[in-house]
Amino acid sequence: MKYKLEAKNIDVFYGKLKALNNINIGITENAVTGLIGPSGCGKSTFLRLFNRMNDYIDSFKLNGDIYIDNTNIYDKSVLVDELRKNVGMVFQKPNPFPKSIFDNVAYGLKIQGINDKAFIKTRVKDALKQAALWEEVKDDLGKSALALSGGQQQRVCIARALAVEPSIILMDEPTSALDPIATAKVEKLILTLKEKYTIIIVTHNMQQAGRISDYTAFFYMGDLIEFDKTDTIFTNPKMERTENYITGRFG
Amino acid sequence: MQKIKEKIIEFILRATALITILTTIGIIWVLLSESLVFFKEVSIIDFLTDTQWTPLFANKHFGILPLISGTILTTIIAISVSLPIGLTIAIYLSEYAPKKLKKFIKPLLEILAAVPTVVYGFFALMVVTPFLQKLIPEMAGFNSLSAGIVMGIMIIPFISSLSEDALSAVPKSLREASYGMGATKLQTSFKVMIPAASSGIIVSVILAFSRAIGETMIVAIAAGQQPRLTLNPLVPVETITAYIVQVSLGDVQHDSLEYRTIFAAGITLFVFTFILNNISFWIRKKFREEYD
Ligand SMILES: Nc1ncnc2c1ncn2[C@@H]1O[C@H](COP(=O)(O)OP(=O)(O)O)[C@@H](O)[C@H]1O
Ligand SMILES: [Mg+2]
Repeated sequence: MKYKLEAKNIDVFYGKLKALNNINIGITENAVTGLIGPSGCGKSTFLRLFNRMNDYIDSFKLNGDIYIDNTNIYDKSVLVDELRKNVGMVFQKPNPFPKSIFDNVAYGLKIQGINDKAFIKTRVKDALKQAALWEEVKDDLGKSALALSGGQQQRVCIARALAVEPSIILMDEPTSALDPIATAKVEKLILTLKEKYTIIIVTHNMQQAGRISDYTAFFYMGDLIEFDKTDTIFTNPKMERTENYITGRFG
Repeated sequence: MQKIKEKIIEFILRATALITILTTIGIIWVLLSESLVFFKEVSIIDFLTDTQWTPLFANKHFGILPLISGTILTTIIAISVSLPIGLTIAIYLSEYAPKKLKKFIKPLLEILAAVPTVVYGFFALMVVTPFLQKLIPEMAGFNSLSAGIVMGIMIIPFISSLSEDALSAVPKSLREASYGMGATKLQTSFKVMIPAASSGIIVSVILAFSRAIGETMIVAIAAGQQPRLTLNPLVPVETITAYIVQVSLGDVQHDSLEYRTIFAAGITLFVFTFILNNISFWIRKKFREEYD
């Protein structure tokens, strides 16, 4: 089987600390892959490998290869800016720019040098629709995104990522700062998005992984303990650690 | 015992605050009362509209405009030098420079503001002006251009340091959001960081303005002492501050109308800086609300 993304023999160090230990994983296209595990086990570090977001950390060091569509994204010839146009990211805390809703969603297009106003308008509208936010904000696109509720802000951030039409979306605990109603909305949204996008989502909430992910990877102290179809992980885990974790016996 | 100690400390703190407030009130009081006497003899309309300032000559005119134009001219030259350089340094330090370099450069830059201004004044007069005269032969020995440029160099750290603080205070998550969209460092700096830090940057510029308007030594030495209503940077001018120095040090008789001109000039200067301070206070207040 061919994977959309692949991690091969990944070791990550922050200075002397080894944060990831020989990770191998293949991620399926148009599916949701959940990363679970206790806090500090390396989920975010792993997720941020796919858009090279760890590159800014001085002490960060990587061994191994990450492939997207069979290209090694850590190869010298890869342009990081280009890579990120294909790999969108949604962060733990909603982080809209202090700009209008419209300008937030249009940001990625503008930095690509696109000036065609009509085109930008259509893309912004489409992205907001995909993010299930259009109906709520269509009459005040000029309003500051900071004036929205937390859940709406997070959907602005999702729309911002979608507007440049990436093929992959990385989400790092995207609902951890949201209330249950907003969380339900975002979860529903993620399920619709997987038709068009490959999604990797970090969550410390196992019920959430169970609800939305097709595949689930369980990390523990920098090791990938188990990776399988979500059903299998939740009903028939092979490792005792996984079972202990998902049944809530630790973590 | 402990209680008494605390009481004493509290008393000292309070007394210090009181002294500061009283000094300020005293200054304003002197400025106001002396200017009131001045404005009994000179109409405020003439003061604000007459285009000549010649209180020390036989044919006396009391138009403040030439001094204001001199002040604004040198200040604008200074800001046009310090704003682009200071902002570039701020962006470099906050977005590009390694942390270690930043720790080293920032204090180094702040030395610029610590050099005695008389040194800058002579630098402008003896080095910058002769150099510029080679390029622009018609330039006078005293002029606002050299004084403005050198003053601009002096206030670079006001802009670079405070703007850098403002940029660094922007939440890291915004920078990540921008990089995550595929923006370059340059795009991130100009499209996200500067707009997000704009209030802090504006405050730094206003502070630099205040500093430039109040700067005395450089302009007194290098810009000349000829009140002149002009925007030509190549000829001698006089700023409000330089005029005050000129009269204070000269042999003008105290308690004369000529002498009281310095209070009228002083209150004009005070109004300018007071307005600037209020603008920056207002922006800072607004800024705080935004991020709460
Ligand atoms: N910038 C960093 N510098 C140093 N160590 C880090 C950094 N980020 C994360 N770590 C360490 O790496 C390990 C994994 O962190 P992280 O990937 O954030 O875990 P998770 O997302 O699963 O909570 C932790 O021990 C954490 O302390
Ligand atoms: Mg994390």
